[in-house]
Amino acid sequence: MSETDWPLFEVFIRSRSGLEHKHVGSLHAADARMAVEHARDVYTRRQEGVSIWVVRSADIIASDPAEADSLFEPARDKVYRHPTFYAIPDEVKNL
Amino acid sequence: MSAVAEPGARSDPTLETARLRYVLRLADTSLVLGQRLGEWVGHAPALEEDLGLANLALDLIGQARLLLGYAAELEGRGRDEDALAYLRDAPEFLNLTLAEQPNGDFADTVVRQWLIDAWQLEIYGGLAGSSDERLAAIAAKSLKETSYHYRFSSGWLTRLGDGTEESHARTQRSLATLWRFTGELFAPDEVDERMSAAGIAPALPEAGGRWQERIAADLRRATLQCPASHPYPWHGKRGVHTEHLGHLLAEMQHLQRTYPGARW
Repeated sequence: MSETDWPLFEVFIRSRSGLEHKHVGSLHAADARMAVEHARDVYTRRQEGVSIWVVRSADIIASDPAEADSLFEPARDKVYRHPTFYAIPDEVKNL
Repeated sequence: MSAVAEPGARSDPTLETARLRYVLRLADTSLVLGQRLGEWVGHAPALEEDLGLANLALDLIGQARLLLGYAAELEGRGRDEDALAYLRDAPEFLNLTLAEQPNGDFADTVVRQWLIDAWQLEIYGGLAGSSDERLAAIAAKSLKETSYHYRFSSGWLTRLGDGTEESHARTQRSLATLWRFTGELFAPDEVDERMSAAGIAPALPEAGGRWQERIAADLRRATLQCPASHPYPWHGKRGVHTEHLGHLLAEMQHLQRTYPGARW
């Protein structure tokens, strides 16, 4: 198996026009073109998408789980940041 | 829809015989190639390729179902698509000889696929404007699938040919092995000539010229040499096959032959 020699790509699929791309998983491929083809074959077999993005996993800069406390804890006690204190008119469908 | 429903429109029996044979050639080529690709399932070099090859196989078997269903109607002898697929013997199969060649290594599979994808691009492209509306509709649907298959196979051809020393050598060897079967792709016989004269199918010599140009450009990109050998005119589409088809059919038809009418 030469699979382990191929770099890992993260796959993002947009399910229909107007919606955003969502992360659906990852796969191995030798190059970017093959990654798009693999993503098509692996993740859109049941009409899941109308657009595919692939990104080399190595190119993603991620937050450090060890820093979760300093990054995310400070937001915990700031409940006033949620827009739950406003009366929302019935006409507004998506907020 | 199908002009079969209009008795007056299809009164020339020799034309109808040719039409049936023509449709069976397309159907059997897709069916046999789809069956071959199915043999890779569980064995491909990577999980992603396993799924990719299976997708190609399912597209091809889908094409074969549409075409065999049409052939069954044209034949009008009460056989359906399943009877045509599972209960005919090798000499009744009219697929291109190239399609039945064994999977070999991955390069053999890629080269076989690429040669046939480029052929189908020309054939389905021409058939999309056919005077036979049923064939035109099937071709228009199949052309979208074939365009992806060609993207897949030509991409791999470049990757293998312009890859490592070993992948280049193996792909060049695959070309040398399979090239002799390409003479059949665009050599018209009386069925092809009848079909193109009636505006049903594209003229093969012109389509063959475009195929050659595409093949030559792809080979250059893949840094591969076009084999010098002159292709031998095999006659799979006349029912004269290499020994490989019998083995393929034995596996494909085994269940229906052993348990006739079995369903699940």
